Amino acid sequence: MSSRAPRGRWMWIVVAVFAFLHWDFWLWDDATLWFGFLPAGLGYHALYSLGAGLLWFTFIRLAWPDHVEEWASRKPEEPQ
Amino acid sequence: MIAQVAPAAAQAAAPVSYVPLWVIGGYMAILIGLGLASMRSFRGTSKDYFTASNTVGPILLLLSVFGTTMTAFAMVGSTAKSFEQGIGTYTLMASSSGIVHSLVFFLVGIRLWAIGKRHGHVTQVQYFRDRFESRGLGNLLFPILVLLVIPYVLTGFIGAGTFVQGATRGMFPTAFAETSGAVPPWLTILVVMFVVLFYIFQGGVRGAIWANAFQTIMFLVAGLAAVYMIQRSLGGLSAASAAVLEKSPGHLVREGKIGHGEFLSYMLVPLSVGMFPHLFQNWLTAKDAKSFRTVLVFHPIFILVVWLPCVLIGVWAVGQGLKPSTSNATLGMMMTKYVSDPVVRGLVQAGTIAAIMSMDSQIMALGTMFTEDVVVHLRGKGKVSDKEQVWWSRAFILVIMALSYFLAMYPPPNVFDLGVWCFSGFAGLFPLVVAAIYWKRTTTAGAFASVLAMLSVWGVLFWRGLVAPALAGTPVEEPLVLGVMPVVWVVLAAGVALVVVSLATRPPSDTTIRKYFA
Repeated sequence: MSSRAPRGRWMWIVVAVFAFLHWDFWLWDDATLWFGFLPAGLGYHALYSLGAGLLWFTFIRLAWPDHVEEWASRKPEEPQ
Repeated sequence: MIAQVAPAAAQAAAPVSYVPLWVIGGYMAILIGLGLASMRSFRGTSKDYFTASNTVGPILLLLSVFGTTMTAFAMVGSTAKSFEQGIGTYTLMASSSGIVHSLVFFLVGIRLWAIGKRHGHVTQVQYFRDRFESRGLGNLLFPILVLLVIPYVLTGFIGAGTFVQGATRGMFPTAFAETSGAVPPWLTILVVMFVVLFYIFQGGVRGAIWANAFQTIMFLVAGLAAVYMIQRSLGGLSAASAAVLEKSPGHLVREGKIGHGEFLSYMLVPLSVGMFPHLFQNWLTAKDAKSFRTVLVFHPIFILVVWLPCVLIGVWAVGQGLKPSTSNATLGMMMTKYVSDPVVRGLVQAGTIAAIMSMDSQIMALGTMFTEDVVVHLRGKGKVSDKEQVWWSRAFILVIMALSYFLAMYPPPNVFDLGVWCFSGFAGLFPLVVAAIYWKRTTTAGAFASVLAMLSVWGVLFWRGLVAPALAGTPVEEPLVLGVMPVVWVVLAAGVALVVVSLATRPPSDTTIRKYFA
């Protein structure tokens, strides 16, 4: 099985940048309550979770590895 | 019948509603019904019992994978940890899991599904034995995986016991005087064990998947309902958070509670999903690779829906000056105290128990592993009938349940900490599975070195960080090593050992490489 998705490899850069954004060091001691009840650090990470869903939605649209399913469907002895 | 157990005098002294217990009883009855229904769909083969004949579509896969990933750790553990440590709990585990879990499902889950489909593997041990041409590697991995799953199952039992204890306080003052009238953990755990065993014995993995899907819907709704009801009782969202700001503002920030090294290193903990035996089994049930798409997108959002309410409730408990017997009881006590409508309270509590009981897949995976990796492996393929395989699986599950029940009688103070240790061990096996899938040059000796390095480092740190303090009766602190979580050293040791030893030793045969990479 080929180890890489055939297209959309640049999406991995987006994933790496998004992963880095998880580290919200600028909100470490921010006790502001967003909308009057949601602590800033918690609010940021709630948005981050939504962003993760959106990121993976984009990812599967642009870089889905169709070849994996094809590989799985072939019998082991079949040539490529 | 339950209401009759409580003496009339006690009821008069402290009016207690037993409606929530009836609602919880109804929920258990539905699970038993699902077990019976899944038995009707059972095709009588071991393949159907262990993989549901690869028939699970995207929605059911999403609900079951999410349900089995979110257990007592998510509901009871997250509330308890937030009560102790504040909002940082969400940032440590929930948002990081949102991206890392989906990443692992993509990088590992889909590939293992494909490999399992093409080569007929049912367990991880079967795959690693074949991939590295080594029976010994499988023999080494089997007990490690079992020993790491047991604490995970334990978090479910302990979570159920303490949650129900917190939620039923004062209900049975005579029958259970030693627990302030609450249903004691030993009884709750027995009931939970019976119900879980019933539906997985009836329907196998299909029973577990159906129950998980139902449980996921239950606890998604329960979390939202709980936070809505509790904030209403506390005077609204703003009033609930303002009380925390006044009483303990430190619970609303991470400064002074979570270091940056600890925060960053927590990002490695969710790698554990790549080696969870129960997830491997869940992945194999998928009808096709496209079924994973829904899981990837909605998993982070579902985590938000479950964790955000729990973390808010845990933090709000601080603002209300709650004094639970252990932090594990925070969620149960908050519901009892601030959800006034008994029917709604019962539904919310049933939803929480639903999350706790979703450790059924872990139990199912243990039975599958024993049957496939020990019984069938030793006696030879084709020499154990389908019926025998199913019975061996059930027998092993019973043994493990008895052991877990015994261990649950001596619980650690916080299920969150136990869960993190368990996940750190699985995360230490992540380099092995990634290398097995993507790196042709990985060798058998490298695989052995990686597992042994993981085991040594994790074992020493686990003893130092959790077992020794618990035995000595001293408080269990965050087990940082040089400012970062133990998982960093466990993964690093396993990864370095794998690469160094692989480069120095002979790779598997061309036949095996072609089998998995061509």
